[in-house]
Amino acid sequence: MTSEEVRGGLRERFGEDILEFFEKSDKRLYMEVRIESLVTIASYIFKDLEARFHTASGVDTRTGIEVLYHFSIEDSGYLISVRVKLDRENPQVDSLSSVIIGAEWIEREMYELLGINFRGHPDLRRLLLSDLWPGGVYPLKADYKEWDKNAVRDRGV
Amino acid sequence: MAKSVITIGPYHPLQEEPELFRLTIEGEKVLNIDVMVGYNHRGIEKLSESRTFDQATFVIERICGICSTSHPFAYTRAVEDIIGLEVPERAKYIRTIVAEIERIHSHLLWMGLAGHFLGYNTVYMWVWKLREEILDVLEALTGNRNNYAMFKPGGVRRDINPDDISFVLKKIDGILPTIEMLKKAILDDPVLHARLKGIGTFTREEAIDYCALGPTSRASGVARDVRKDTAYGAYDRIDWDMIVTENGDVFDKAVIRILETYESVKIVKTCLQNLPGGEIDLNITSIPPGEGIGAHEAPRGETFHYVRSDGTNRPVRHKVRAPTFMNLPTLKATVPGCTISDATIILAAIDPCYCCTERMVAVRSPEGDLLYNGDDLVRLSQEKTASIMKRMGIK
Repeated sequence: MTSEEVRGGLRERFGEDILEFFEKSDKRLYMEVRIESLVTIASYIFKDLEARFHTASGVDTRTGIEVLYHFSIEDSGYLISVRVKLDRENPQVDSLSSVIIGAEWIEREMYELLGINFRGHPDLRRLLLSDLWPGGVYPLKADYKEWDKNAVRDRGV
Repeated sequence: MAKSVITIGPYHPLQEEPELFRLTIEGEKVLNIDVMVGYNHRGIEKLSESRTFDQATFVIERICGICSTSHPFAYTRAVEDIIGLEVPERAKYIRTIVAEIERIHSHLLWMGLAGHFLGYNTVYMWVWKLREEILDVLEALTGNRNNYAMFKPGGVRRDINPDDISFVLKKIDGILPTIEMLKKAILDDPVLHARLKGIGTFTREEAIDYCALGPTSRASGVARDVRKDTAYGAYDRIDWDMIVTENGDVFDKAVIRILETYESVKIVKTCLQNLPGGEIDLNITSIPPGEGIGAHEAPRGETFHYVRSDGTNRPVRHKVRAPTFMNLPTLKATVPGCTISDATIILAAIDPCYCCTERMVAVRSPEGDLLYNGDDLVRLSQEKTASIMKRMGIK
């Protein structure tokens, strides 16, 4: 499937749900979508377009929390990044794990590092942080402050 | 029969890289597996935000000692993607050469360990001796056995000295007879066929659903390789084959790694013989605001980096997705149903960073005194191979 067909198909199906459509190059598409339509659009890209799910990346922009889901169509090497902007105080979005099993771990990671609540995730436990890490402290948030003043830091010397 | 839990991990006195596997077993059969990671979480993504774009290259090189080319390769591609530039031709070739030599050493490392787990310690010794030759080549080219510091946004840091090329070609050719011997020994060995075929089968559908990567997905018939999918480095300029098999079991994963070693040798040789002249670095002075994505096919699968810049000299976000992050959850599909003695090699077959598999703490079952440690797990696996050999009448 060519990039034009992919672009056209997305526009035609989800025209109303797409808030922003930015083509960085002929191999790269960034599109911001409405939060409610994320699962439908991701499912279309993953199942119908047979794209591959790379990963998701969350970032705290101080005005909100952005999550980007990266997909690619393998034959053409076309990369689609689906962006949702979440409320900074109470970030939540539907989980993709019902559609893509491979999204389970990355959602767990974003849950503990950015405090995003993935609704409907089957197993929303911490993945990387220690059990001793206090609740409500999210290391990748922009206003993160070191909480343990007594921690011994190994400077590697 | 009551269910018991075997915990593998998280610490092993000999090797680094802790991971915790919790196997729920009934008798010899594994019913369920839970994988717990995070013991090695160093906050490198956060750290990278406090470093300049140049410094971050060194930080992420230290994510992993075995694939210390793969992360910088993906990262520099992401930074170059923000600016929208192509590195010079010579730099592309040099990057490809280092990345492929690294793949050879990584696959050899896995083959040796797989041999050890199965009780083929001769294979282990032979392969690791061979791997030393490859590390010598890397040292000659980059100055280091690991953490090569060859990459920088815009090109490479060090040129290849023309005097070294003949040495590298000689060494690379030198490993071929031994690999050929190993290939024959492994592919024609009836014991290995009996031991590895049909073990830990990962279907094509599962590979797609779990978004598996690298040899783990290619063994299940999913032809997925960044080097073929997107044109980067020198991969689209030379002739090489992607190895794909259909069965998805441990045997196929081993076959893929052995055959890929040949392809890597072919790529390195072609690149060295056709090394173009010219600049090796673009000397980037500033990085504009924007987002960039870079990927590279590491020995274990695709490494994926996302970098966001706000126009300063530091990234505001740097996301790193290593291949094992996607491949570890696949154990949920492959391990349940197998026996404990097969679990060792299935866990090893995805080539998680290598030491994970023999890391096992002593555990007491709820009803008895079932005590296992890492040596016991390897022993169980080796005993199964020995019993197959006995049944087949092979000494």
